[in-house]
Amino acid sequence: MRTALVDHPLDPTALLAEVADAGSGASTLFVGTVRRSNQGRAVTGIDYSAYASMAEAEMQRIAEEAVARFGSAHVVIEHRLGTLTLGEASIAIAVSHERRAAAMDAQRYIIEEFKARVPIWKREHYVDGDRAWVDNQGGAVAV
Amino acid sequence: MTPSVKHRVQLFASWSDTLGPEVEVELPEGARVADLLETLETQAKSKSIKPLPRPSVALNQRYAKADAVLASGDEIAIIPPVAGG
Repeated sequence: MRTALVDHPLDPTALLAEVADAGSGASTLFVGTVRRSNQGRAVTGIDYSAYASMAEAEMQRIAEEAVARFGSAHVVIEHRLGTLTLGEASIAIAVSHERRAAAMDAQRYIIEEFKARVPIWKREHYVDGDRAWVDNQGGAVAV
Repeated sequence: MTPSVKHRVQLFASWSDTLGPEVEVELPEGARVADLLETLETQAKSKSIKPLPRPSVALNQRYAKADAVLASGDEIAIIPPVAGG
Protein backbone atom coordinates (compact mmCIF):
# COMPACT_ATOMS: atom_id res chain seq x y z
CA MET A 1 0.00 0.00 0.00
CA ARG A 2 1.36 3.42 -0.94
CA THR A 3 -0.23 6.86 -1.12
CA ALA A 4 1.39 10.13 -2.15
CA LEU A 5 0.84 13.75 -3.11
CA VAL A 6 3.17 14.67 -5.96
CA ASP A 7 4.08 17.84 -7.86
CA HIS A 8 5.08 16.22 -11.15
CA PRO A 9 3.08 14.59 -13.98
CA LEU A 10 1.58 11.22 -12.99
CA ASP A 11 2.65 8.00 -14.70
CA PRO A 12 -0.44 5.79 -14.28
CA THR A 13 1.03 2.72 -15.97
CA ALA A 14 3.86 2.76 -13.42
CA LEU A 15 1.22 2.45 -10.69
CA LEU A 16 -0.31 -0.50 -12.50
CA ALA A 17 3.09 -2.18 -12.62
CA GLU A 18 3.54 -1.45 -8.92
CA VAL A 19 0.42 -3.41 -7.88
CA ALA A 20 1.14 -6.35 -10.21
CA ASP A 21 1.27 -9.59 -8.28
CA ALA A 22 1.25 -13.20 -9.52
CA GLY A 23 -1.33 -14.02 -6.83
CA SER A 24 -3.74 -11.41 -8.17
CA GLY A 25 -6.02 -12.24 -11.07
CA ALA A 26 -7.21 -8.67 -11.52
CA SER A 27 -5.69 -5.21 -11.52
CA THR A 28 -7.66 -2.00 -12.03
CA LEU A 29 -6.41 1.47 -12.86
CA PHE A 30 -8.47 4.64 -12.44
CA VAL A 31 -7.20 7.93 -13.86
CA GLY A 32 -8.93 11.26 -13.28
CA THR A 33 -8.11 14.00 -15.79
CA VAL A 34 -8.79 17.71 -16.26
CA ARG A 35 -11.99 18.11 -18.29
CA ARG A 36 -12.57 20.71 -20.99
CA SER A 37 -15.73 22.16 -19.48
CA ASN A 38 -17.57 22.29 -16.18
CA GLN A 39 -21.17 23.41 -15.75
CA GLY A 40 -21.11 24.82 -19.26
CA ARG A 41 -18.00 26.96 -18.74
CA ALA A 42 -14.91 26.38 -20.88
CA VAL A 43 -11.99 25.42 -18.62
CA THR A 44 -8.36 26.05 -19.54
CA GLY A 45 -6.67 24.55 -16.46
CA ILE A 46 -6.95 23.78 -12.76
CA ASP A 47 -4.85 24.69 -9.71
CA TYR A 48 -4.86 21.92 -7.10
CA SER A 49 -3.83 22.72 -3.53
CA ALA A 50 -4.00 20.71 -0.32
CA TYR A 51 -3.80 20.64 3.44
CA ALA A 52 -0.93 18.30 2.75
CA SER A 53 -0.36 16.61 6.10
CA MET A 54 -4.03 15.75 6.59
CA ALA A 55 -4.51 14.84 2.92
CA GLU A 56 -1.70 12.31 3.19
CA ALA A 57 -3.14 10.90 6.42
CA GLU A 58 -6.65 10.66 4.94
CA MET A 59 -5.38 8.97 1.74
CA GLN A 60 -3.60 6.42 3.89
CA ARG A 61 -6.75 5.80 5.97
CA ILE A 62 -8.82 5.26 2.80
CA ALA A 63 -6.27 2.81 1.39
CA GLU A 64 -6.28 0.90 4.69
CA GLU A 65 -10.09 0.81 4.68
CA ALA A 66 -10.11 -0.61 1.14
CA VAL A 67 -7.71 -3.37 2.13
CA ALA A 68 -9.76 -4.18 5.25
CA ARG A 69 -13.15 -4.13 3.45
CA PHE A 70 -12.30 -5.75 0.15
CA GLY A 71 -9.13 -7.69 0.87
CA SER A 72 -7.22 -5.89 -1.85
CA ALA A 73 -3.72 -7.26 -2.35
CA HIS A 74 -2.16 -3.91 -3.26
CA VAL A 75 -3.38 -0.32 -3.36
CA VAL A 76 -1.46 2.67 -4.74
CA ILE A 77 -2.91 6.20 -4.86
CA GLU A 78 -1.21 9.33 -6.20
CA HIS A 79 -2.69 12.82 -6.50
CA ARG A 80 -0.94 15.67 -8.25
CA LEU A 81 -0.87 19.25 -6.92
CA GLY A 82 -0.07 22.49 -8.75
CA THR A 83 -1.35 23.81 -12.06
CA LEU A 84 -2.64 21.21 -14.54
CA THR A 85 -3.69 21.76 -18.13
CA LEU A 86 -6.49 20.06 -20.09
CA GLY A 87 -6.25 16.30 -20.28
CA GLU A 88 -3.55 15.97 -17.62
CA ALA A 89 -4.05 13.39 -14.89
CA SER A 90 -4.85 14.72 -11.43
CA ILE A 91 -5.28 11.34 -9.73
CA ALA A 92 -4.31 7.75 -10.40
CA ILE A 93 -5.43 4.75 -8.34
CA ALA A 94 -4.25 1.19 -8.94
CA VAL A 95 -5.67 -1.82 -7.11
CA SER A 96 -4.92 -5.51 -7.42
CA HIS A 97 -6.92 -8.41 -6.02
CA GLU A 98 -7.22 -12.13 -6.43
CA ARG A 99 -10.64 -11.62 -8.09
CA ARG A 100 -12.00 -8.94 -10.43
CA ALA A 101 -15.23 -8.00 -8.61
CA ALA A 102 -13.46 -7.06 -5.39
CA ALA A 103 -10.80 -5.15 -7.31
CA MET A 104 -13.48 -3.04 -9.02
CA ASP A 105 -15.45 -2.54 -5.79
CA ALA A 106 -12.31 -1.37 -3.99
CA GLN A 107 -11.47 0.99 -6.85
CA ARG A 108 -14.91 2.57 -6.70
CA TYR A 109 -14.79 2.83 -2.92
CA ILE A 110 -11.40 4.57 -2.98
CA ILE A 111 -12.30 7.23 -5.56
CA GLU A 112 -15.68 8.03 -3.99
CA GLU A 113 -14.22 8.31 -0.46
CA PHE A 114 -11.30 10.31 -1.82
CA LYS A 115 -13.56 12.86 -3.47
CA ALA A 116 -15.63 13.24 -0.31
CA ARG A 117 -12.90 13.32 2.33
CA VAL A 118 -9.37 14.22 1.23
CA PRO A 119 -8.67 17.93 1.87
CA ILE A 120 -7.66 18.98 -1.63
CA TRP A 121 -9.16 21.97 -3.46
CA LYS A 122 -9.29 23.02 -7.05
CA ARG A 123 -9.56 26.43 -8.62
CA GLU A 124 -10.64 26.34 -12.24
CA HIS A 125 -9.33 28.79 -14.83
CA TYR A 126 -11.79 29.76 -17.56
CA VAL A 127 -11.28 31.04 -21.09
CA ASP A 128 -12.58 34.48 -20.07
CA GLY A 129 -9.74 34.77 -17.50
CA ASP A 130 -12.02 34.26 -14.51
CA ARG A 131 -11.04 31.78 -11.78
CA ALA A 132 -13.25 30.03 -9.23
CA TRP A 133 -13.01 27.48 -6.45
CA VAL A 134 -15.25 24.54 -7.25
CA ASP A 135 -16.54 21.74 -5.07
CA ASN A 136 -17.04 18.11 -5.96
CA GLN A 137 -20.66 18.72 -6.89
CA GLY A 138 -19.18 20.74 -9.75
CA GLY A 139 -20.53 24.11 -8.71
CA ALA A 140 -18.57 27.28 -8.10
CA VAL A 141 -18.25 28.01 -4.39
CA ALA A 142 -18.15 31.78 -3.95
CA VAL A 143 -15.35 34.34 -3.97
CA MET B 1 -14.89 34.45 34.58
CA THR B 2 -13.85 31.55 32.33
CA PRO B 3 -10.23 31.80 31.25
CA SER B 4 -9.71 32.12 27.51
CA VAL B 5 -7.45 30.11 25.21
CA LYS B 6 -5.77 31.30 22.01
CA HIS B 7 -6.04 28.83 19.14
CA ARG B 8 -4.09 28.95 15.90
CA VAL B 9 -6.29 27.99 12.98
CA GLN B 10 -5.20 27.10 9.44
CA LEU B 11 -7.47 28.04 6.55
CA PHE B 12 -7.62 26.88 2.94
CA ALA B 13 -9.11 27.73 -0.47
CA SER B 14 -11.88 30.37 -0.34
CA TRP B 15 -11.52 30.75 3.44
CA SER B 16 -7.80 31.42 3.11
CA ASP B 17 -8.48 33.97 0.36
CA THR B 18 -10.83 35.83 2.71
CA LEU B 19 -9.18 35.59 6.15
CA GLY B 20 -5.60 34.55 5.30
CA PRO B 21 -3.84 31.19 5.61
CA GLU B 22 -3.71 31.31 9.40
CA VAL B 23 -5.58 33.22 12.12
CA GLU B 24 -5.50 33.29 15.89
CA VAL B 25 -8.85 32.95 17.63
CA GLU B 26 -9.37 33.55 21.33
CA LEU B 27 -12.21 31.52 22.84
CA PRO B 28 -13.32 30.65 26.37
CA GLU B 29 -11.79 27.47 27.78
CA GLY B 30 -13.98 24.50 26.86
CA ALA B 31 -15.19 26.11 23.60
CA ARG B 32 -16.43 23.72 20.93
CA VAL B 33 -15.97 23.45 17.17
CA ALA B 34 -19.37 25.15 16.67
CA ASP B 35 -18.17 28.18 18.69
CA LEU B 36 -15.05 28.47 16.56
CA LEU B 37 -17.11 28.33 13.35
CA GLU B 38 -19.48 30.99 14.61
CA THR B 39 -16.57 33.33 15.41
CA LEU B 40 -14.90 32.78 12.04
CA GLU B 41 -18.15 33.12 10.10
CA THR B 42 -18.71 36.50 11.74
CA GLN B 43 -15.19 37.59 10.74
CA ALA B 44 -15.66 36.30 7.18
CA LYS B 45 -18.97 38.14 6.77
CA SER B 46 -17.26 41.44 7.47
CA LYS B 47 -14.64 40.76 4.77
CA SER B 48 -16.46 38.98 1.96
CA ILE B 49 -19.40 40.19 -0.09
CA LYS B 50 -20.44 36.68 -1.07
CA PRO B 51 -21.13 34.12 1.65
CA LEU B 52 -18.38 31.52 2.00
CA PRO B 53 -19.26 27.84 1.75
CA ARG B 54 -19.94 26.14 5.09
CA PRO B 55 -16.71 24.37 6.04
CA SER B 56 -15.86 21.29 8.09
CA VAL B 57 -13.31 21.52 10.88
CA ALA B 58 -10.38 19.18 11.42
CA LEU B 59 -8.72 18.67 14.79
CA ASN B 60 -5.30 17.04 14.66
CA GLN B 61 -5.86 16.02 11.03
CA ARG B 62 -9.22 14.31 11.55
CA TYR B 63 -12.71 15.64 10.85
CA ALA B 64 -14.34 16.83 14.07
CA LYS B 65 -18.01 17.07 15.07
CA ALA B 66 -19.61 20.40 15.96
CA ASP B 67 -19.70 19.51 19.67
CA ALA B 68 -16.01 18.48 19.91
CA VAL B 69 -14.15 20.52 22.54
CA LEU B 70 -11.05 22.46 21.44
CA ALA B 71 -7.96 21.71 23.49
CA SER B 72 -4.98 24.01 23.84
CA GLY B 73 -2.34 23.01 21.30
CA ASP B 74 -4.75 21.20 18.95
CA GLU B 75 -3.87 21.45 15.26
CA ILE B 76 -7.03 23.14 13.96
CA ALA B 77 -7.99 23.56 10.30
CA ILE B 78 -10.95 24.98 8.44
CA ILE B 79 -11.81 22.62 5.58
CA PRO B 80 -14.01 24.18 2.85
CA PRO B 81 -15.88 21.73 0.57
CA VAL B 82 -13.15 19.50 -0.86
CA ALA B 83 -12.57 18.93 -4.56
CA GLY B 84 -9.81 16.39 -5.02
CA GLY B 85 -9.86 13.58 -7.53
